[in-house]
Amino acid sequence: MNDARPAGATSQFEIRIEEKTHIGVDGTRIPAIRDLLLEVRPQSMTVLMGPSGCGKTTLLRIVAGLDTRFLGRVHVPDNTRIGIMFQEPRLLPWRTVRQNIAIVAENLSNAELDHLASAVGIADMLPRYPQELSLGLARRVALARAFAPRPDLLLLDEPFVSLDERTADRLRRLLLEVWSARPSTALLVTHNPREAILLADQLVLLAPRPTHVVAVVPLAIPQAKRDAAVVEEIYADLLKRYPANFATG
Amino acid sequence: MLTRPHSYRGPLLSLLSVAGFLLVWFIAAEIAQSRLLPGPVEVVRYVFDEAAHGDLLAELGITLWRVTASFVVAMLIGSVIGLAMGESPALNRALDPWLIVLLNLPALVIIILAYVWFGLNEAAAIGAVALNKIPNAIVTMREGARALDPGLEEMARAYRLSFWSKLRNVTLPQLQPYFAAASRSGISLIWKIVLVVELLGRPNGVGFELHLNFQLFNVTAILGYTIAFVTVMLAIEYLLVQPLERRTTRWRNKPV
Repeated sequence: MNDARPAGATSQFEIRIEEKTHIGVDGTRIPAIRDLLLEVRPQSMTVLMGPSGCGKTTLLRIVAGLDTRFLGRVHVPDNTRIGIMFQEPRLLPWRTVRQNIAIVAENLSNAELDHLASAVGIADMLPRYPQELSLGLARRVALARAFAPRPDLLLLDEPFVSLDERTADRLRRLLLEVWSARPSTALLVTHNPREAILLADQLVLLAPRPTHVVAVVPLAIPQAKRDAAVVEEIYADLLKRYPANFATG
Repeated sequence: MLTRPHSYRGPLLSLLSVAGFLLVWFIAAEIAQSRLLPGPVEVVRYVFDEAAHGDLLAELGITLWRVTASFVVAMLIGSVIGLAMGESPALNRALDPWLIVLLNLPALVIIILAYVWFGLNEAAAIGAVALNKIPNAIVTMREGARALDPGLEEMARAYRLSFWSKLRNVTLPQLQPYFAAASRSGISLIWKIVLVVELLGRPNGVGFELHLNFQLFNVTAILGYTIAFVTVMLAIEYLLVQPLERRTTRWRNKPV
């Protein structure tokens, strides 16, 4: 499915943010990101992990081009196709599930859309409206939508929060499955260490606000082989090496 | 969904209410026995006579055309300005005083000035009516623009939706309830002002006929024209506006 990609789009994405400051309603300046440098390897899953409120979402919004008020440089070519999953599904309630997916991907044929929908288990839901779906199902639709434009860059902002652990775990496995079949450069943000360990090729540990990169940890074991025991093993090891980042998980 | 036993009697009650009104009217006319208060039978007979042999249908048609033209012009201009003001605080501050002036300018002043400056013609008439409605449309659509969901807006931007796709799929559906509210209040306001415009400066239309029959003290004709046009407006409401609204909001209130 990754044919006919422009040459520039598969290259490395480089993120360099010198300073990003939020300005509160009362005019106070809250530094969110300072001196953050990150290279995202193509066709791999980079997971950004940091404590809640450290500016992870801000970082992802900057990469998506939704926030341009920062000092620094984010190298994402203009023709980059982006697929994004927010913390909430953000589906259009007045469009059917099928339309919600089709709207972001004009070149996707009906057959391809059907194929994608069955891959995430929502084939029966295509003619329905989002309000008829549970949160878990709506997340699956958002996942399918993120893959629909055949993204060069996949951005996932805590895509499985506020789901019960079983549903979240099923969706994580589903994400890996769909992503392995359609590999793209993926950037996922989470504060859940086990989620990070399960999904990451490259695990980026972030400091509390103003955030910057503490360490980049490559995980060599293929995701498919990371069952619960392996995840716990890696977790125990990382807890020893980076107690500050893993202690609260 | 719950079925309430009383809701079944809804249309029956409405019909009874209308029948009661007709009965009171009939009795009052019988007691008065005056050509200044004709009974319902007389008025309805006049409507059918005028429709068959007179100008009633043509006059209704010309008034309906003016209502439609003013409505389209007012909603189009009002929506565009309202949306722009809702999205841009600077533009809102610049235009807000003019909006308040226009909201408080009496319809009659606008109509007279339009006729004086632009002549007794169709464009001046329709323009004057539209100008009376535009500030209301602006206020409602501005609220709609302010209530747009920033989350969906970000989604549209992140996925690089084209301008038209975003307008059609993201923005307009969110504005639909505001547009419906503006249309509702707009169409009733507009038809009342159209009559004044016709009375003051057009040689045809329901307003012109009302004026003519007022001078002749022909109350039967006045009531006849009123009832005929109100019927047309009711038909538009029940056969056009409401079914359209049901269609555009069919995604709502679906059980989870």
